[in-house]
Amino acid sequence: MRRILSILLILAVLLAALPALSQDTVELRIRWYDDGNEGEVLRDLLDQFEAENPDIRVEIDTVPYRAILENLPLDLAAGEGPDMARVTDLGGLAEYYLDMTPYLSDPAYWEENFGPFLNWKRLPGDDSSIPGYMTQLTITGPFINRTLFEQAGIEVPSDMSASVTWDEWAAAANAVAEALEIPYPMAMDRSGHRFAGPAISSGAMYFDDMGHPTVMDEGFRDMAERFVNWHLDGTMHPEMWPLSEGYAGANEEFANAELVFYMSGSWQVGQFSEQIGDAFDWQTVPNPCGPGGCTGMPGGAALVGIAATEHPEEVARVMEYLTSQEVLGEFAARTLFIPAHAGLSASGVDFDTDLQLAKDSLGVFVGQVGTLEQVAFDLQAYGFNRAVFDATRDRLTQAMVGEMTVDEAIARIQDDIDTALAEQG
Amino acid sequence: MAGIRKEANTLRLIALLDPLTRPLLLLLVTAIDGILKPVQRRVGIDKMGYIFILPNLLIFGIFVLFPMLLNFYYAMTGGTRLFPEDRPFVGLDNFATLFDCENFTQPNSCQEDLFWRGVFNTVAYVVFQVSAIVLFSLITALVLNRQIVARGFFRSVFFYPVLLSPVVVALIWKWVLQHEGVLNGIIEILGGESKRWLLDPNWAMFWVVFVSVWALMGFYTLILLAGLQSIPPELYEASSIDGANGWQDFRFVTMPLLMPTMFVVLVLSLIRAVQMFDQIFVLTGGGPGTRTQLLVQYIYTTGFSNQIQLFGLSAAASMVLGVSLLILTLLQLRLGNQSSLA
Repeated sequence: MRRILSILLILAVLLAALPALSQDTVELRIRWYDDGNEGEVLRDLLDQFEAENPDIRVEIDTVPYRAILENLPLDLAAGEGPDMARVTDLGGLAEYYLDMTPYLSDPAYWEENFGPFLNWKRLPGDDSSIPGYMTQLTITGPFINRTLFEQAGIEVPSDMSASVTWDEWAAAANAVAEALEIPYPMAMDRSGHRFAGPAISSGAMYFDDMGHPTVMDEGFRDMAERFVNWHLDGTMHPEMWPLSEGYAGANEEFANAELVFYMSGSWQVGQFSEQIGDAFDWQTVPNPCGPGGCTGMPGGAALVGIAATEHPEEVARVMEYLTSQEVLGEFAARTLFIPAHAGLSASGVDFDTDLQLAKDSLGVFVGQVGTLEQVAFDLQAYGFNRAVFDATRDRLTQAMVGEMTVDEAIARIQDDIDTALAEQG
Repeated sequence: MAGIRKEANTLRLIALLDPLTRPLLLLLVTAIDGILKPVQRRVGIDKMGYIFILPNLLIFGIFVLFPMLLNFYYAMTGGTRLFPEDRPFVGLDNFATLFDCENFTQPNSCQEDLFWRGVFNTVAYVVFQVSAIVLFSLITALVLNRQIVARGFFRSVFFYPVLLSPVVVALIWKWVLQHEGVLNGIIEILGGESKRWLLDPNWAMFWVVFVSVWALMGFYTLILLAGLQSIPPELYEASSIDGANGWQDFRFVTMPLLMPTMFVVLVLSLIRAVQMFDQIFVLTGGGPGTRTQLLVQYIYTTGFSNQIQLFGLSAAASMVLGVSLLILTLLQLRLGNQSSLA
């Protein structure tokens, strides 16, 4: 009797632990992060997809951006990843992407509309796979608080000249801050990617003749020294870079009108529309110029299929739906993201906002695409660009607080890049 | 005979339970009995103790011992692949990289300068934080052990920060200490000049220590308070009859009897201090620069945060940390034993 009872108890526990035996629908999971309202918009769009495709259910697992950078690579390496993921380390994770080509009804559509950006998500030597699409194209560039310039009675430099240097912007931002007792004249996102645009404008080449990443040139040094000095003399937000680990932004300071000039990027437009609205006049200005050009950095996030998925066909169906011109157009319009889709770029997107400030800002960013230098595209397409960006960010921070000189910091950046790439093999 | 008696006692206890729980518990006891009886018959009653501790040993083995051995193996491998079988064996190369230094007192002369900055910062942090925690916890416990007004209230007040998550503690203090924060607001109201508290390297380390002492002191105070209350009052009566004053009471009665508890506090606070990560990570991010970046943060950054994740180097650094901690703890225990023997 006791033995029977024991067996019954064990069976009961096992049965309770078993998943449902029959499943009619395929469940797909997307690992996602939000900059603004895009998760909400995606959910709306997927609800429509699910209504038309009852055999597929898509769950969005929204995680902090840091989890995309740090946890997702480990999950993918362990074969434990989701079916799809929104990533920004486009080339760095390329080995884990699903090539959807055999599952797509019209691969030519992808080449035609996403062609220039597909290489960003491919491994070196691969020129044909279709791993996913860009949810948005981003371009780095500065925002200014125009109202502060007007209150201080100081001309906005870009109103007077089409090519304003970084030094001219620094002088103007300092003058506004001094006149109005604003705490922070300038700030730049704590990111090596953000720093790269100004560095390239100063003449940094980022790659040597062999295509190996390098920061050992005068252009990089020039901007590095200027940037470090701006932290020491109070031109740049003095706490943001030295007192953070990883990425940090100055959204709060900008939205609170405590900051005159903020070097960030196009993805902020949606947030500023929400946070600031028309409380003051904020605007995007063209990237400052130097001997290397007037460039920002291209970038963006991509939704990619993951090779370890058990449902590649269903993943491709979801992707085809999301990349149709109509759906992607709605996504771009509602999120205020610049689409990386040739058809939409040609037809234009009617952004879903009444705020003229937001429309103007997006217009400036779109206009900046033509001013981006080739090296900026090359750097963005380089698979291990984060090794360059992270070392730049961390070592320049050390120079700012006096732990090393600018030259020592640059030598360390190069060492860090070389060591990491050597380990990578 | 004894076995039958125990079984009868168990059934009697079950009979006291309510009608709903009784059959469930009976079922559970019967099932466990059904599983363990054959095991006992096979291994014998003397060895049943091992069977009972087996689940715990398994958990320890899977979640502690196995990862430790795996970490040891990772420390001997290179490359960036995750699975051990994909990683090339490099012997002691990772340790050689960590210890490749022209001058150990100058981190900039070391190949892994961030590791050595982490080492020096950790040593400074541990020395100041552990000393402060032991000292202030002792003083607080001595005060709270006296018959003071609202003693219960003060005990709660000192213990309250222990209940807060380290991230919450760090965020609260970040708001207090930032340039536009509460502390500078008060200083300006009083006519003083505001200061960037966390940007000055020396002040940053001070505040990092201060905040952790504030957050953790209540826990150690509680342990010391328990230690103080276990000292028999007769000893104080005897010493007062002998004419001892307050200081002599403390020196010759309280301290010797409190010493075992003090060593517990010392060991626990030392381990916690060496492991410190979350609070500092949120409060200063290890900054300004790397001035408050401890060894654990180096391990985390090297192994997980960078795009090219150097698991081998990170594992080697964590082994150095683990071995140092083990040596320190053993040293403390030895000193503790010597002092109690004396």
